[in-house]
Amino acid sequence: MKKMWKGNHAIAEAAMRAGCKFYAGYPITPQTEIPEYLSARMPELGRTCIQAENEMSAVYMILGAYSCGMRCMTSSSGPGISLKQEGLSYICAYYLPAVIVNVQRWGPGLGTLDSAQTDYLRDTRGGGNGDYRVIVLAPNSIQESIDLMYESFDIAEKYRNPVEIMSEAALGQMMEAVEFPEFKDREGELDWTYDGTNRPHGKLPDSEKSAAALAKYTKIAEEFQRWESYRTEDAEYVFVAFGLPSRTSRNAVDQLRANGEKVGLIRPITLWPFPIKAFEELGPQVKGLISVESTDTGQLIEDVALAAKKCKIDVPVYGLFSGLSISKTKAISEFYREVKSGQRKEVY
Amino acid sequence: MAVTKTTPKLVDIPNKFCPGCGHGILNRLIAEVIEENGYEQKTIMTLGVGCDCNMNSTFLGDTIQCAHGRAASTATGVKVARPDLLSIAYQGDGDAYVIGLSETLNAAYRNTNITVFVVNNNNFAMTGGQMSWTTMAGQVTTTSPAGRDTKATGNPIKLPEIVSGFDVAYVARGSVHSAEEIMKLRKYVKNAIEAQLAGEGYSLVEALCQCPTNWGMDTRHSLEWMEAEVVPYFELGELKERKAK
Repeated sequence: MKKMWKGNHAIAEAAMRAGCKFYAGYPITPQTEIPEYLSARMPELGRTCIQAENEMSAVYMILGAYSCGMRCMTSSSGPGISLKQEGLSYICAYYLPAVIVNVQRWGPGLGTLDSAQTDYLRDTRGGGNGDYRVIVLAPNSIQESIDLMYESFDIAEKYRNPVEIMSEAALGQMMEAVEFPEFKDREGELDWTYDGTNRPHGKLPDSEKSAAALAKYTKIAEEFQRWESYRTEDAEYVFVAFGLPSRTSRNAVDQLRANGEKVGLIRPITLWPFPIKAFEELGPQVKGLISVESTDTGQLIEDVALAAKKCKIDVPVYGLFSGLSISKTKAISEFYREVKSGQRKEVY
Repeated sequence: MAVTKTTPKLVDIPNKFCPGCGHGILNRLIAEVIEENGYEQKTIMTLGVGCDCNMNSTFLGDTIQCAHGRAASTATGVKVARPDLLSIAYQGDGDAYVIGLSETLNAAYRNTNITVFVVNNNNFAMTGGQMSWTTMAGQVTTTSPAGRDTKATGNPIKLPEIVSGFDVAYVARGSVHSAEEIMKLRKYVKNAIEAQLAGEGYSLVEALCQCPTNWGMDTRHSLEWMEAEVVPYFELGELKERKAK
C-alpha cells in the first residue's frame, strides 16, 4: 500500500533499502531532513551516521569508507556541494564509487532557499579540478527519487564512479504517495577494496590515466543514457525539461495537444551522460527545441543545443529560464505560442 | 654473540626522503610497532600531502593518499568501514595543523578511534620550505625571509597541548634528535597504536623531526638546533596518558 512520504525522508529511507551502511553529512536547508532522518534511522539498523564538522570532512569520510568497500553516502545543497568538490575530484581520481544527493537551492553564494536547478553545469561537468564526470540522475517525483536511489550504489560500483541524485528544494520538501522496495545488499564482493593486505586496487600508472578516463567516460556515455520521451512522434516543437519543470512541461504538452498543437517533451533522467539518443529519435518535422529550466541564464540549454548538433537537427533552440521558481503550465504554453509566432528569439 | 640486524617488512626498501631527514625514523618505529602487534596485514595508513606522499611507494602496507589536510576525516571513514583494522593518519605539520587544522581538531574532539602521527619539522618541506604554523619565532623560511615575525603571524602552534584538553585516549610529543629520544618516541608510538587497538579512542603523537634540506643545515647542526631551540619550546613527553593501562 502506498504511503505519503516527504521527499527528503523518502530518499534517505531508499538509501537504507539500497544497503547504505554509513552516512556523513552536515546541516543545510533544504536537505537537512536527510541527516535528521538518518540520525534516528541508522542506529535502529545498526548502521553509522556521523554529523561532520563541515562538508569537506563528510566527503572524505565517505572516501575513506568506500575505499574499504562500504556502501556510504553524503548529501547537501548547492553551497555545501561546492565544498565537497575537492573530495569528489579525489573520489573520481581514485575510481571510487560514492553516492551524493544534491537537494538544490537557488543561486550563487548563499543564494536563497527557493527550488531551482542552478547547479546543473557544475554538477554535470565534474565540478572540481581535473577532467572527470559524475553520473547525475534527476528524478521528477518522490517515487522516482526512491527508485533511482535504490539503483545508485549498484551503478556507482559498476562504473567505479560517483553517482549524484540531483533533487530540488521543492522535490525534497513536498509529499507524495510512494512505495519502497525491499532491503538489499551488494551482490558479490568488490575485489579492489582496501583491506589492509595491500592487494591491487586497480590503480593505473599516470601515463595511462588520460586514455583510461576517455575510455571510461565514453563507455558510460554510450551505455547509460536514460530519458523519457512524451508525445514526440509527430511533434514540431519539443520541450526539454528535467526534474520539477518537466512536470509542468508535460502538463503544457497535454493542454497544447488538446488544442491541436503538435508538441512533445524529452525528459532527461540522466543529466550526465546527457541522453543524446533521445534526440536521434526525433523526426524531420521538428521546427524548434525549447529548454524549460529553473535557471537564471540557461544551463540545460547548452546540452540541448549540443545534442541537436550531434543529431544534425538544425533548428532554433529556445530557452525558458524561470530562475528561482518552477515555470507554471500556463507560462510554458504562452512561451510556446510566442516561439511559434516568431516573437521569441532563439538562444542557439 | 652474533648480532642480527632486522628491518620491519613494511619499510624493507630504501625510503625516498632527503638525506638526514627525520621521517624515516618515525616510519620505522611505526612499522616495528605494527608488526609487534601482528597488524602488518591489517593496517590502512592514510597519507596527508607533503613529504609523506613519498610513502605511497616506500611504505609497503595499504596506503590511501588523501587530499591536503583531510587525513583525519579519511581515516575516520576507514575506521567506520573496517573497525577491525588499524586506521592511521600520517601527516606533516603543514598538513595536519595548517590546512587540516579543522579536520585534525574535530576528529580529536569526537574522540574518534584512530591514530594520528604528525611529523613536525617546522616548515612546509615538500614545497621547498615555507612557513608553517610550527615555524619557530625568527626562523627563516622562503615565506618568512626576514625570520618569522610572530607578532604578525602568531606563535608556533602546540596542537598536542590543545587536543590533550579534549576527551581523548592518548597524546604525546617525541623527537628523533637523539637515540634516547627515539626510544622514548617508540614508546609513545606503541601507546598510541595500542590505544586504538584496545578501543580507547583518539590518539596523537607528534614527532619533532629535522629537515636539513629546508633548514639549510647539515644533519649535525640540525640536531643541535633542535635541541637548543625547538625542544625547549615544544616540550617532549606524554601530554595525555592512557587511562586503561
